[in-house]
Amino acid sequence: MSAPTHTGAAGRPVPLIDGIEKVTGKAVYTADLERGDALTGRVLRSPVSHGEIISIDVTKALALEGVRAVVTGEDCAQTYGVIPIAMNEYPLARGKVRYRGEPIAAVAAVDARTAKQALDLIDINIRELPAYYTASDARAADAVALHDDKPGNVERKVHHAFGDVAAGFATADLVSSSRFDCAEVNHAQMEPHAALADFDAERGRLTLQSVSQVPYYVHLMLARCLDMDTSSIRVIKPFVGGGFGSRTETLNFELIAALLARQAGGKVMVRLTREETFVTHRGRPDTQVDLKLGLRKDGRIVAVACEVVQRGGAYAGYGLVTILYAGALLHGLYDIPAVKYDGYRVYANLPPCGAMRGHGTVDVRHAFECLLDRMARELGLDPFEVRRANLLTAPCHTPNGLMVNSYGLAQCLQRVETASGWHERKGKLPPGHGLGMACSHYVSGAAKPVHWTGEPHAVVNLKLDFDGGVTVLTGASDIGQGSTTMVAVAAAEVLQVDLGRIRVVANDSAITPKDNGSYSSRVTFMVGNATIEAAGRLREMLIDAAARKLDADPSDIECTLETFSVRGSRQSILSFAEVAQAALAVDGTITVKGTFTCPPDAQGGKHRGGAVGSTMGFSYAAQVVEVSVDRETGSIAVEKVWAALDCGFAINPLAVEGQIEGSVWMGMGQALCEETHYAEGLPVHANLLDYRMPTIVESPDIEVHIVESNDPLGPFGAKEAGEGALSGFPPALACAVADATGLNIDTLPLTPDRIVEASVQQQRAARRGKTAR
Amino acid sequence: MKRILTVRINDTVHEDVVPDNLLLVDYLRDFNGLTGTKTGCDGGECGACTVLIDGTARPSCITLAVSCDGSKIETIEGQARDGRLSALQRAFHEKLGTQCGFCTPGMIMAAEGLLRRSGKPTDEQIRTALAGNLCRCTGYVKIIESVRAAAEAIR
Ligand code: FES
Ligand code: FES
Repeated sequence: MSAPTHTGAAGRPVPLIDGIEKVTGKAVYTADLERGDALTGRVLRSPVSHGEIISIDVTKALALEGVRAVVTGEDCAQTYGVIPIAMNEYPLARGKVRYRGEPIAAVAAVDARTAKQALDLIDINIRELPAYYTASDARAADAVALHDDKPGNVERKVHHAFGDVAAGFATADLVSSSRFDCAEVNHAQMEPHAALADFDAERGRLTLQSVSQVPYYVHLMLARCLDMDTSSIRVIKPFVGGGFGSRTETLNFELIAALLARQAGGKVMVRLTREETFVTHRGRPDTQVDLKLGLRKDGRIVAVACEVVQRGGAYAGYGLVTILYAGALLHGLYDIPAVKYDGYRVYANLPPCGAMRGHGTVDVRHAFECLLDRMARELGLDPFEVRRANLLTAPCHTPNGLMVNSYGLAQCLQRVETASGWHERKGKLPPGHGLGMACSHYVSGAAKPVHWTGEPHAVVNLKLDFDGGVTVLTGASDIGQGSTTMVAVAAAEVLQVDLGRIRVVANDSAITPKDNGSYSSRVTFMVGNATIEAAGRLREMLIDAAARKLDADPSDIECTLETFSVRGSRQSILSFAEVAQAALAVDGTITVKGTFTCPPDAQGGKHRGGAVGSTMGFSYAAQVVEVSVDRETGSIAVEKVWAALDCGFAINPLAVEGQIEGSVWMGMGQALCEETHYAEGLPVHANLLDYRMPTIVESPDIEVHIVESNDPLGPFGAKEAGEGALSGFPPALACAVADATGLNIDTLPLTPDRIVEASVQQQRAARRGKTAR
Repeated sequence: MKRILTVRINDTVHEDVVPDNLLLVDYLRDFNGLTGTKTGCDGGECGACTVLIDGTARPSCITLAVSCDGSKIETIEGQARDGRLSALQRAFHEKLGTQCGFCTPGMIMAAEGLLRRSGKPTDEQIRTALAGNLCRCTGYVKIIESVRAAAEAIR
């Protein structure tokens, strides 16, 4: 793909083109769509973690005045799920319930009070089964299977080995291993889940508006679960208040809203409470990482062996992709000749896990960077030098077949090393203070989407009409990351027009082309490239029109800043409006299309599961974290973060900064305090106080450094920017804590009680050491 | 029980018969269509619903509408004047103090309450004033920058 040179819009900091709606309160989110004309939908949830449904009696609920619909598992015999070969969830439980809070029935009524009353009138009879809340309990020999087709409750095993691992370890000067336990975390996007379904009973048509990151998946699952033709369904995404992966999969409440609307023959709004939003989950699983690394004295990593157990919750969801990602992205950051990976995705009687920012990679990266740091200390090596000893050389393919075309890790290292004053300050900070560093990477979109149809990965339509306005039609879901602005900037750049000339219409299946949605940081790379292609086509048509008007050869036409002229001639400059008019005169309204497809050699290795982790371009990040630790209270204060990310090229540096800050901060939440807690399957964390996330008070200054490696295939050279920095934070923090205190803690998050506990252990050990001497 | 409630919302006086247990956030959103004020939690956890009541920032989701009788309520919809953004709105827009925008109305109203109290807040004061407003997107860096810039612009 020949990337046009960027001279105008791209590369300049631009506020979001839909930012004014957000700061004025005019932005309409799903919950804001209700104008008093919709029924209220509410969901009855399982009171037990595991059980057989003996009976559900809805007669009394149906008879209640004001109730318009009651649905149960009887109303939908179709499973749904994000992975075509692993759909094992029903919108409403059938036969069995597998976690506390799983939807059993739902009602639509004239108001919330009636809906609530109706729920109370539903009689359920469930025979309880033994429930498992840890991966090891679920895997015990005598455990009852959650799903009949998965005895032993292991959903998926992965065994991958690349290179000669045994030989690698044999050449190591130091081999170390450790077990890391990382708690389950949740996206906790600020907008609670909601969906508005409108069923036109006369025409048999359904319109659903929802908080989705991937409206296209929702569309497919609605058709499947309601047994409707896709052409009778329209899915619209209003403004969305964050996603972070929680809304990549179709979620049960979206299907339930539609089932209710169809039965009621009308409009139903389902707004989940914050507690229900937590119960819907899809977060990062509780993960145990057993890691072994072999390191040579010169800092070379010679072998890796890694075993991962993820507690995936009650249903398959994204599970098999998550467990594959965890192994696949052991590769692609450093040059490692031999890697063995064993992964186990385990069912448990808890809300299903799913995709969360840094999907599959975060806990493994944490373990890897922490262990590497400890080993470097043991060998007396500087952690920056260890990374430098293991850099990749782009372009290359990793042993597991991942393509690396651009690689700015060396610059990232250099930037944070200098900015943080690493060498001057490391080891010289006051007591209780410490510095730590780590690296990370992430994909710019999956080169092979889970729902593979053979279609292009992205399609963008562009319209130029009599008004001289350019409308970009895209299915890319802006969930706050700024994709709508990115699309506008890319189009303006190629067309050399003012950003104000561009309008973006997004996410209405009746209008905008299909898009695979916002996940795995695919949008900038894929939709950006498709936009460039579409805008390039329009540009050609405009240049042809200008050439005709100026009686020149198209190759001599120059197009800059809304003007067209013959190269080298000062006379006869045409305005954009004049040229647009000339172009439209030929055939009327112009619509063009651009597509983007990942070539087969980007789609990963040939081994089973080899597509997962494959991408057109990896982002790379390095960060340094400075902490102070209070041993008495166990509290950690993050004083400052220096984060550098190679995003290829910053199409909008302001948005890139925002993405890096946000992802670093989310990594900080996971590192310091975020963790789910279940009491007999009951999520006791299911509110924003007990699910502790950092407030503005404890959030540090984050100094961002953007590194631009100019990816040969990225749009204007760009790669992803919104995920890559996240997974570097937890290990950088843990290393900083180790530097400050000498404590190596193998558990996430590093809560005050864990710090105090480790500190007490350390003091005891020191005392024992003294008496022994 | 219902009562007559008289409040000034932004620039208009409203008189409504409302149930005693109606929450201010629902009164604003459902009775008045002012959906700029958001609900992000099940009560008092997140600050998304923050409005100004007689000039002070308060979570409207744990405030009864009837308790505001005779008060002046200000919401995000009343911040722009003649279609032009307020200093805080402009700063949040231009400095990317907003990403998904869901926390933004509450954040701006809490910051507005602060800037009316102290025109030149320190970073510490900004952090304290916004301590009850959660944001999941920005990491807060650009929110602090936005408030700082708005304070600067007002002066
Ligand atoms: S909605 Fe009021 S504090 Fe969360
Ligand atoms: S901008 Fe999304 S929650 Fe603050």
